[in-house]
Amino acid sequence: MNQTALHQTLFVQSLDLACGVFLLTAVGVLWRRELSALVRLLAVQGAALAAIAGLLAVHESSTELAVVAAVVAGLKAVALPRLLRRALDRSASESVLRNHLSGSPAPASTPAALEDKPRRYEACPPPCRRDDRLADRTAVPQQALRRETRPLVNVAASLLAAAALTLLAYAAARPLVALAPSPVTRAAPVGLAVVLIGFFLLATRRRAVSQIVGVLLVDNGIAAVAFLTTAGVPLIVELGVSLDLLLAVLVMQVLTTRLQAVFGGTDLDELRELRDS
Amino acid sequence: MTTWIIAIGQGLFVAAGAPLLVGLMRQVRARLEGRAGGRLTQPWRDLRKLARKEPITPTDASWVFTAAPPVLMATSLLVACIAPFWSTRSALDGTADLIAVVGLLLLGTIALALAGLDTGTAFGGMGASREMTIAALVEPTLLLAIFALSARAGSSNLAAIVSAGVHDPVRVFSPASLLAAAALAIAILAEAGRLPVDNPATHLELTMVHEAMVLEYSGRDLALVEHASAMRLTILLGLLANLFAPWGVATSLDPVALAVGLVAFAAKLALLGALLAAAEVFFAKLRLFRVPELLAGSFVLALLAVTASFVLNP
Repeated sequence: MNQTALHQTLFVQSLDLACGVFLLTAVGVLWRRELSALVRLLAVQGAALAAIAGLLAVHESSTELAVVAAVVAGLKAVALPRLLRRALDRSASESVLRNHLSGSPAPASTPAALEDKPRRYEACPPPCRRDDRLADRTAVPQQALRRETRPLVNVAASLLAAAALTLLAYAAARPLVALAPSPVTRAAPVGLAVVLIGFFLLATRRRAVSQIVGVLLVDNGIAAVAFLTTAGVPLIVELGVSLDLLLAVLVMQVLTTRLQAVFGGTDLDELRELRDS
Repeated sequence: MTTWIIAIGQGLFVAAGAPLLVGLMRQVRARLEGRAGGRLTQPWRDLRKLARKEPITPTDASWVFTAAPPVLMATSLLVACIAPFWSTRSALDGTADLIAVVGLLLLGTIALALAGLDTGTAFGGMGASREMTIAALVEPTLLLAIFALSARAGSSNLAAIVSAGVHDPVRVFSPASLLAAAALAIAILAEAGRLPVDNPATHLELTMVHEAMVLEYSGRDLALVEHASAMRLTILLGLLANLFAPWGVATSLDPVALAVGLVAFAAKLALLGALLAAAEVFFAKLRLFRVPELLAGSFVLALLAVTASFVLNP
């Protein structure tokens, strides 16, 4: 009896710890500016999600849940972050190439090329030709490409918003927890909070990679709520959702690369107006 | 009788040890940077040298300027006496309430900021305004982070929190207290004016916060200010150590337990100080405009810790 009580305590403690890491990485995504740090945090969050599923699998000794945990670990902690990192690396190396190509044979006729002052991101006024703008974009310093330089809501405010969203999630999930109060369901609001933070990230960030991270946060949150409230959806559904997600990220990776190729950056504000070609 | 000896001895211990802690941190930092560094007792020598010199008051300064160093020193000494560092059974433990301790620390900060404004110099005002910006963001975090622990102990008395930690070590490792520890560590770095927020080793006008406020002090007053700020660092690190690693704190009046408590406290302080100094070698100072981001982050951590301690473990 004492042994099982000890196991129960250990289970609750490690589940709380995994949920804490899960929530903390979501907050960390709002905190950091470097896009590569976001991808790293996403990998940690995937691992925490897999740990939640694995702990539940051990607790309920269910093989199916263990398989799901393994799939989640492979996909969300390894495969998706690797895809995102490749998208980041490729866009960075392409912009280096582009800088190199457009930098040396610069058309000497344009006065902007003669002036040797550092050009800003928005240096070109709106009615300028696209080629000028493209040339200007390629002069963006390497550092700025790898960062979320201008989020719509500044970082301190988004952190406070994350705190408010977490409290909201706890308040909203109260009736849900009251249905079957147990240590597992009591942790479910964490998943809801991550969903809300993911939506917030989607709404307030400009770079394509941050927005993909936002989508993945929403999905991680949904998966966490599913694990914590129903002890896992059926295996076939989980596999279907995971493959769907993989496909979505692949498509978005291609889109990001195209965006980079056309505009020289992955700032989604460029997609506001329609152009041909 | 013994309980009074504990309370006063604790104050004296912190007062005597604080410059040594600063010396140790400078030594660790120097070694890691490949320098020989000063001696461990060098801060004490500096204080002695300053204490012999005559303090000079600027002509425009009022009594606020002369009153600030004693007020800062007095609040630091009082907190050093009442906080549960050595034992949880000292005579003044009943007054060691979380809100009172944070309030006393804030009183010292405000005295110094007023003194910075009082001289009417550009640097003093700038330092005071920066210090108040940081203090306004740090104090709620300090309160919330310790509040997450007081929910566990059911009391906002620091001694009760520490003794609950001694008697129930499993709860010390809960996720809520890990979050609270991270939040408190960041808040302490900001409150003590350490590296990512303020660099205590420079007098560069773009970056200095604490140094800008004390620029006009000299002689005995400067010695008091320096000693008090070393004591504040010791107090904050001691709180961090005893709230999250309460092992070794004496919970009885047994002489052996008291001796163990004192040695454990000194060891924990030295370890934390060395860790902080080693970490500072790798930190870069944050831009002042990025500091609110860091502090907002630590505030969110503290808030999550409180939420977790109330909701996950009711």
